Amino acid sequence: MAAPLVLVVLAAVTVRAALYRSSLAVFIAERVEVASPLNAWKRVVEGLALLDLGVSPYSGAIFHETPLIIYLFHFLIEYAELVFVITDVLTAVALYLAIQDFNKVVFKKQKLLIELDKYAPDVAELIQTPMEMHYIPLKVALFYLLNPYTVMSCVAKSTCAINNSVIAFFILATIKGSAFLSAVFLALATYQSLYPLTLFAPALLYLLQRQFIPIKLKSKSFWLYTMQYASLYLCSLVVIICLSFFLLNSWDFIPSVYGFILSVPDLTPNIGLFWYFFAEMFEHFSLFFVCVFQINVFFYTIPLAIKLKEHPVFFMFVQLAIISVFKSYPTLGDVALYMAFLPVWSHLYRFLRNIFILSCVLIFCSFLFPVLWHLWIYAGSANSNFYYAITLTFNIGQILLISDYFYAFLRREYYLTHGLHLTRQDGTEAMLVLK
Amino acid sequence: ELLLSPLPTGDVAATFQFRTRWDADLQRGSVSHYRLFPKALGRLVAALGVRELHLALTQGFWRTRYWGQPPLQAPAGAELWVWFQPTVTDVDKAWKELSNILSGIFCASLNFIDSTNTVIPTASFKPLGLANGTDHHLLRYAVLPREVVCTENLTPWKKLLPCGSKAGLAVLLKAERLFHSSYHSQAVHIRPVCRDASCLAVSWELRQTLTVVFDFFSSGQGKKDWSLFKMFSRTLTDTCPLASQSKVYVDISPKNKEKELLEVSPPPTSLHEAVVQGDRKTYAVYDLLSPSLFNTSRSLNVQLKWKRPQDSSEMPIPTLHAQRYVGGYGLQTGEICTLIYNTHPYRAFPVILLETVPWYLRLYVHTLTIITKGKENKPSYIHYQPAQDRRRPHLLEMLIQLPANSVTKITIQFERALLKWTEYPPDPNHGFYVGSSVLSALVPSVTAMKDVDVEQSPLFTSLFPSSDGSSYFVRLYTEPLLVNLPTPDFSMPYNVICLTCTVVAVCYGSFYNLLTRTFHVEEPSRGGLAKRLANVIRKFRGVPPL
Repeated sequence: MAAPLVLVVLAAVTVRAALYRSSLAVFIAERVEVASPLNAWKRVVEGLALLDLGVSPYSGAIFHETPLIIYLFHFLIEYAELVFVITDVLTAVALYLAIQDFNKVVFKKQKLLIELDKYAPDVAELIQTPMEMHYIPLKVALFYLLNPYTVMSCVAKSTCAINNSVIAFFILATIKGSAFLSAVFLALATYQSLYPLTLFAPALLYLLQRQFIPIKLKSKSFWLYTMQYASLYLCSLVVIICLSFFLLNSWDFIPSVYGFILSVPDLTPNIGLFWYFFAEMFEHFSLFFVCVFQINVFFYTIPLAIKLKEHPVFFMFVQLAIISVFKSYPTLGDVALYMAFLPVWSHLYRFLRNIFILSCVLIFCSFLFPVLWHLWIYAGSANSNFYYAITLTFNIGQILLISDYFYAFLRREYYLTHGLHLTRQDGTEAMLVLK
Repeated sequence: ELLLSPLPTGDVAATFQFRTRWDADLQRGSVSHYRLFPKALGRLVAALGVRELHLALTQGFWRTRYWGQPPLQAPAGAELWVWFQPTVTDVDKAWKELSNILSGIFCASLNFIDSTNTVIPTASFKPLGLANGTDHHLLRYAVLPREVVCTENLTPWKKLLPCGSKAGLAVLLKAERLFHSSYHSQAVHIRPVCRDASCLAVSWELRQTLTVVFDFFSSGQGKKDWSLFKMFSRTLTDTCPLASQSKVYVDISPKNKEKELLEVSPPPTSLHEAVVQGDRKTYAVYDLLSPSLFNTSRSLNVQLKWKRPQDSSEMPIPTLHAQRYVGGYGLQTGEICTLIYNTHPYRAFPVILLETVPWYLRLYVHTLTIITKGKENKPSYIHYQPAQDRRRPHLLEMLIQLPANSVTKITIQFERALLKWTEYPPDPNHGFYVGSSVLSALVPSVTAMKDVDVEQSPLFTSLFPSSDGSSYFVRLYTEPLLVNLPTPDFSMPYNVICLTCTVVAVCYGSFYNLLTRTFHVEEPSRGGLAKRLANVIRKFRGVPPL
């Protein structure tokens, strides 16, 4: 399996190198879909220039990166393109290894459930075979590396790639079972962009499952393990934040980074829902709606944890998708990360209801984004409503895609336990509804 | 005094200066006897601990390239800069109070001066009066480029004069002629000065200046002879009895090193030669207090006639001039370009450039490039304070060395922000103004200056302290800029809230369904009303039911 992966990596590196050298690189770097105020490369360069001038980068409203990014690029600014290509490759390799391990886990679990007779007798066609699962890790790496969203994000040198890489390593560490590494990478991801905090729940559920600790609220070992993992996570977070303090000897980065993510003062257009909403919001209700929108990202965690406690990796996928739709400054790089997981659920294809129309919606919206931006900003013949409409459509497409996959997943689980050919009491073929 | 200077393009500039000196020491106890000094300003200075105050309201732009170096320039709009006493503890509070009180005194909207357009320059705007120390935290500078000047601002300004507009030179200040001009600038300067040569006591000096440029074509009707009556539709009838000195200076310096081709009538009381702003200038002086002036006629109408048509082949170019413009296209990014010209043939000199850019044009200082004669020119001092959204503007101050006979181009890129819909002015597509940038320099003079008798020269020469005779201080302002920002649709707040909340609700609804409901086998239902009706019809037709 290594050889095809190397080929895929080579192809991806070639595509990125070719685009870096072409005239499209400048055009892509300015696109608001890939570069948001949080992760644009121009702002990283600006922060380093301010540091050279002797002014704290956090004294203005331009730079919103964490001090560790300053540390990193202070030394690697000359090799920036190489850094981003390597980051993408590392993400893909991490996802490849993670999914490889995950396949083994899935297969073992399936075998166990079949031996325990938990499955209905006629579901042979729903069981995943090693043959069809063989190419899934390669497909995941392919989906990530050759996704146009990822390529554009890499060419624009958006630091979203670094965030994706950290999350990919976190997933790898979790699936391999190392609680310590998982906590450290999760702390790094949270430190950079705050929202991966919600990935704590799926990671905890997975690790508990792996240690064969039952998830019962009264169980002592459950609480013990949870406390261990939580304290590992919080300690690493505290250590990283204290390290950042020592870079510039001030706590200025906390309002500049986390205050900025939470209070959304910058209304630069992006593919998310926040910017136009708060551009048109009555001043009186601004704080209320900021709180509502931020809570909206975090509050799906507990219900999903209750429903999907047996399937933590799918929970992680859904959670990643919710973060990238509802975060305050989303970019296409965030979308690319959860889309890389779609091959893992390719066995759900037969239960998806709207996949054709949703993929059409997503593709059309991706093409219409730059067109309507040009019409608004450069041609002056459209106004902001056009771009906003495409933002709405793109987000609805993403939301319906995720809920479609969720529906298909739950339906397959039902069929696995109740049998594929369902009959009603009078013997005719039955239909399944959600009630 | 009134200074009339014909400009190379055929226009004429008239600068009025009214100086009042008040021998009071505000530090020692409160003052109650104001005499000629306006009480409103005196109480302001005493109560708020102001050391120096400079307020200018300007309409139009002084074209330095064509009109020459201005005696006193001000940027378009309203400009206020103030040095506070070191005893003032909360400078920001005093600044806010001061701008509000001045707004009331001059009927100008100076109350719009707040932290989003106030900056603290570190190198420009050094004190022009007596100063003990210069802690720049006591200085505040703000400019409102959108402010207009009109009769409403002129009237309170005239009221501050000791004689008002009833006697003396101020009778010429009639609004209908003053505002029918290319450039109109009225200013108030308050500063502490030495009472006498020994400088043992401090006096307060109030200067009120008004500069107006009458256009050759619209006011001059295309003819190049000017007179006081043509410019102001009034003539001088008498002097203000409270004035200790009242003079009219006419600049009759020959251009192009030829004999005077400018003739003034009636004949002046005296001629005065001085080196002003690096050039040797000759002034025809009318001393209004001399009894011989009003002997023949009751009114004085100074007339300027040109002896032969001046060929406009060679217009003298000022040593230092600058221009600024916005480059780029579209509503996403842009570039501010400043061009500074040093036309001195062999002397290089440094210039301090102060730029204040509002926070919604996000400057990227790593894109700052300064190019002189094709090579990069690094500034020897650079002070940059980045903006904070909705709290303070960008401040960029640089000391740039200008080589002799060169053009320096300074460019910096910016990104345009999208504001909240309530933050746009009533006409959002008009654009947003960026205040003029300020250039301060000690320009080397072509002719060496001696310690001239300050009392004889026009008053503006004593406003700027000159350290030595080889250079003179110049403060230039560039054009204000007008920049468009992307606008949201102002008619849509309710629609946007509904649509965005709908998207969020779609997600919530789908997830709620999937999380709270489980799959069930569908029970056969008896069917709704439509189905039963259809079955009834089918029974009549003899067809099997649904």
